[in-house]
Amino acid sequence: MNIAIAVMSGFAMASAAPLLHRFLRRFARGGTVAGWLVALLPLALTAYFASYTSAIARGETFVVSYTWASGLGVNLSFYVDGLSLLFALLISGIGALIVIYAGSYLAGHEHLGRFYTYLLMFMASMLGLALAGNIITLYVFWELTSISSYLLIGFEHKKETARRAALQALLVTGAGGLALLGGLVLLGQAAGSFELPALLASGDAIRSHALYVPILLLVLLGAFTKSAQFPFHFWLPGAMEAPTPVSAYLHSATMVKAGVFLLARFFPVLGGTNEWLYIVTTVGAVTMLVGGILALYQTDLKLVLAYSTVSALGTLVALLGLGTTQAITAAIVFLLAHALYKGALFMITGAVDHETGTRDVERLGGLRRAMPITAGVAVLAAVSLAGFGPVLSFIGKELLLEAVLQVEAFRALLVAVAVLSGALFVAVASIVSIRPFFGAHVATPKEAHEAPRSLWMGPALLALLGVVIGIAPGTVGSGIVAPSVASVLGRIEPVKLGLWHGFNPALALSVVSVVIGFVIYRGWVALRTHTTSLTEKIFVWGPARWYGVILDGVFALAQRQTRLLQNGYLRVYVLIVIASTIGLVGYTFVVGGGLNANFVWTELRFYEAGIAIIILLAAIAAVRSRSRLGAVASLGVVGFGVALIFILYGAPDLALTQFLIETLTVILLVLVFYHLPRFAIFSSKRARVRDLAIALSAGALMTMLVLVANSVRFAPPISDYFAERSLPDAHGRNIVNVILVDFRGLDTLGEITVLAVAAFGVYALLKLRPQKKEGK
Amino acid sequence: MRVLLVLPILIPLSTAAVSLVFWRRRSVQRWMGMAGTSGLLAASVWLFEAVRREGIQATQVGNWSAPFGITFVADLFSAIMVVLTGLMGLAVAVYSLGSVDRRRESFGYYPLLQILLMGVCGAFLTGDLFNLYVWFEVMLISSFVLLALGGERGQLEGAIKYVTLNLLSSAVFLAAVGLLYGLAGTLNMADLAIKLRAVEQTGLVTTLAMMFLITFGVKAAVFPLFFWLPASYHTPPFAVSAIFAGLLTKVGVYALIRVFTLLFVVDVGYTHTLILVIAGLTMITGVLGAVAQNEFRRVLSFQVISSVGFMVMGLALFTPLALAGSVFYMLQDIVVKTNLFLVSGVAHRLCGTSELKEQGGLYATYPAFALLFLIPALSLAGIPPLSGFFAKLALVQAGLGAQSYMIVFIALTVSLLTLLSMTKIWNEAFWKPQPSDSSRAEMPTAIRAVTASGRMATGTLIVPIVILAALTVCIGLAAGFFFDLATVAAEQLLDPTAYIRAVEGGMTR
Repeated sequence: MNIAIAVMSGFAMASAAPLLHRFLRRFARGGTVAGWLVALLPLALTAYFASYTSAIARGETFVVSYTWASGLGVNLSFYVDGLSLLFALLISGIGALIVIYAGSYLAGHEHLGRFYTYLLMFMASMLGLALAGNIITLYVFWELTSISSYLLIGFEHKKETARRAALQALLVTGAGGLALLGGLVLLGQAAGSFELPALLASGDAIRSHALYVPILLLVLLGAFTKSAQFPFHFWLPGAMEAPTPVSAYLHSATMVKAGVFLLARFFPVLGGTNEWLYIVTTVGAVTMLVGGILALYQTDLKLVLAYSTVSALGTLVALLGLGTTQAITAAIVFLLAHALYKGALFMITGAVDHETGTRDVERLGGLRRAMPITAGVAVLAAVSLAGFGPVLSFIGKELLLEAVLQVEAFRALLVAVAVLSGALFVAVASIVSIRPFFGAHVATPKEAHEAPRSLWMGPALLALLGVVIGIAPGTVGSGIVAPSVASVLGRIEPVKLGLWHGFNPALALSVVSVVIGFVIYRGWVALRTHTTSLTEKIFVWGPARWYGVILDGVFALAQRQTRLLQNGYLRVYVLIVIASTIGLVGYTFVVGGGLNANFVWTELRFYEAGIAIIILLAAIAAVRSRSRLGAVASLGVVGFGVALIFILYGAPDLALTQFLIETLTVILLVLVFYHLPRFAIFSSKRARVRDLAIALSAGALMTMLVLVANSVRFAPPISDYFAERSLPDAHGRNIVNVILVDFRGLDTLGEITVLAVAAFGVYALLKLRPQKKEGK
Repeated sequence: MRVLLVLPILIPLSTAAVSLVFWRRRSVQRWMGMAGTSGLLAASVWLFEAVRREGIQATQVGNWSAPFGITFVADLFSAIMVVLTGLMGLAVAVYSLGSVDRRRESFGYYPLLQILLMGVCGAFLTGDLFNLYVWFEVMLISSFVLLALGGERGQLEGAIKYVTLNLLSSAVFLAAVGLLYGLAGTLNMADLAIKLRAVEQTGLVTTLAMMFLITFGVKAAVFPLFFWLPASYHTPPFAVSAIFAGLLTKVGVYALIRVFTLLFVVDVGYTHTLILVIAGLTMITGVLGAVAQNEFRRVLSFQVISSVGFMVMGLALFTPLALAGSVFYMLQDIVVKTNLFLVSGVAHRLCGTSELKEQGGLYATYPAFALLFLIPALSLAGIPPLSGFFAKLALVQAGLGAQSYMIVFIALTVSLLTLLSMTKIWNEAFWKPQPSDSSRAEMPTAIRAVTASGRMATGTLIVPIVILAALTVCIGLAAGFFFDLATVAAEQLLDPTAYIRAVEGGMTR
């Protein structure tokens, strides 16, 4: 099978899932069966990707490429190496568990079919993102994950909070996405290719490129928004509006790691500079702390987990920022461990919510008696979250501390951050496992029962995996972690994973953080109740508030500018159009030296001057007239004056036409006067002065232009041809007629059509009146 | 004279004429509408194939050799636009069958639509500047009557603003053509292209270029000349808005691209920089207008303006990639915009209103219809892999390649705001539950009306939407093919020698 087919199969299954679900729903337990059937695809994909591990472990890479839009450098390329394979396995493996889980969690939901569609669409997009071998293709899938995330967060679309959270996530990640697009295009242009293998090989050229810093900032903006880094982290807790399977899958295990993936993917291209080191590490470290602290102020289990996810993402970003071999290894191990335990914990939370009707820690307690299996799984996963014990995350934490201890600049600060956030992890782990399941029993909205197997099986599997791999890290060490580290570093480094690193400073720090963590947990309730009022005052000014301010600002600006421009007054529109014309044409004319042209003045004869004066006076009279009849009559005088000029310049046929039109116009206008309201002047004096100025400048401009056109000639006119050919070829003596009906007959055809349609329009306007009141 | 080039004029004209003969036979007119637009589509595809295979086609109407008669020219750009005109004409003609009321049909709706299409095709195909003016007039008068037909208060108010501002543009156009003829002594565009390139007084040429910029700018609805568009597009029947939104502003953009690649290239540093500023302002004002609106079609109307900014941006950057981006943007935007307006009509029928606040519940009840909205809406916002993404990608690449960072920044920000305006519609009309108060009581009757008037009527509304949505997906998936077409079109635009040679085939000198 081909990688492209593997990725695309998800989209195919996404479109088939609702039909499958609708078909099976008719049978008893059909919904659950549909879930299992749908899960077959991710299961098959997991097996398929697993078949790559041995080759990848040998250091091979695979490329599949199809032309898509070569003119834009876009190819449908896929690239499998250690990093992309790790993600592909996580995405398809956890995806399978989530699909099964969701079938039970959302059993009976009217839109479960659509849910599968979105979930599979997300899975396929995420696979495409991880396996993309062309950075524009990567962006394509990147955006698709945002869209499917949008549809999933807003899945309970009748709730306004869900709709708002969906939009928030979409806008924040969308803004980052657009920055990323700019960065990727610049990157591709700097490297001369959008293909990943070529890019990975041109790191030195990119790092010394003049646009390196802008490229870096744009790419980082994309990564930070997607991976919920401070100050963009606020959308992730909001995204908890989504059904819990979505939170487990997208918003902890996979999609939010897309930003981390991007940093890892581009580390060989963009990493290793001071800019990278300082920006990425700082943002990651701040996020680590902010996420961990904010987690303490939540009582909704999902929100506690969401903030601890933010903190974990910060940890990953900080490690990638440090960029040492140790740090990268720690990042990969931690990423794997986090995906396993956080996915499990979210699913457990969902099970608790499902069985008790609440997920507020304050209203939960002593559930271990009613839900022993769930409690067991929760404790297992929480041990991983705390990172203390024979679990994979412990290895990750040790590696993290070792990496931090090796740092040269700001070592003490980083160590403090690492220890403190480790302690916060321990506290959070206690909150989500000890509080709900141990202690005194607390009455819940629903009578608590053990969750069905499909709800605890997935998390149990993930939590167990964390332990198994922790005890025997060799299972993933050389096959998965080492190749991933190699693809991030761009060189092969030996990776040895072990639980026991000996008595070293890292272990000591680990112990310290666990102790602090427990202390925080013991004082958690007191801490929350005593400082909440203070923190609320601070959080009000948090980035979520800024998001609101900016969004409201955009709406307010939009409304103001639209009311200003599209104000509904035709006279203002006309004014703007004419003023723009005068400004643009006049300015260009003056700047272009139009005033310096040699005007050719033909001698003005006295009767010509007389006609001109009559026209001018009539025009002034038309404007100043206080009655309609006077204005129309004056305009008629203008028209007749023009006709006289036509006669003087030897165009009697034009003059005849003009006379007819003027006469008809005056007659028609007089006829409609009867139906018009009383003539009145509404405009203020200021407006009239303004209009006068504009009218005069328009007239002056046209006069100048006509004078120039009369004096300058670029090329001899073609009119001689008409004079020559009119009689011999077109058999007509009147050249104007011949031009109208023969040389340029098509124009006349068009104008006849115009007249016909106009006549018809008048008829329709008069005859076809609206019937009573039509629905608006 | 090759009849191939004038068929896109002849077919709608004769269809309209025959329809008028059957003035009292509504059903004949309906069938004639279908037949005429089908014929137009067939002829346009034929023309397109000829241009694609044999290069630029030209013919002298009435066999008067260029530059003395009127030349019709079809390069790839024109041919693509004519095909899309045929396609949108057919889609809207079908949609009209189930959506335009009897009374409008009895008052010549279908012949008017034909005349409009004739004007649009004429504008795309003519190689003569004054003839272009004539086609603009044909478009203007037929679109005005289509706008006003029915005589509802809102319609008339919109129509008056529409026709006043467009007549103003026509006056500037006519003055500019007159001045240009006075200076260069010719109206044939190929001939003008030769003569204007040799002119020493570039200042004068640029001054005239500004007049054309204004006149076509009004037609294209660029900043600050767009007022007629949001004032009128939400008032007529949905089919009329759809064909307007799909084609009319594009004719303006087409004319801008034509004259600012063929004729006015003597001072690109001045003219095209100015166009770039206009492009940016157009995008911003358009999208902000869309964000501010609370009515389905008003949101879309402002989006029409914003998209024009993108198309003009490619012209302003004036590189092969940028122009290809413009052409590609146009060809896919015609499909997307027409479709969005068609969708808005169905939403109106389902909810009994177009006010977003009063709409709702469409996603829960009609998921397939929701998908049909999402495809063009997301494409408009530039979400991959739909067609709009590749259009934006091309323009972004061109902008960054030309180091015009500001315009790229604007374009990307505007994309985000476009997404915001589309989610606004999605949120209100689709996701939000139906508001229980207000006009909800009418809702069931509205749905019953759809079913009662037969599956036929519903089919005529949905089938065009499905086809256009499928096309949007296809253009995205086969972006390579369509972008290559756009690239060839752009190359022809940037190097006018082939254009001039094709016209000169009939020039005698």
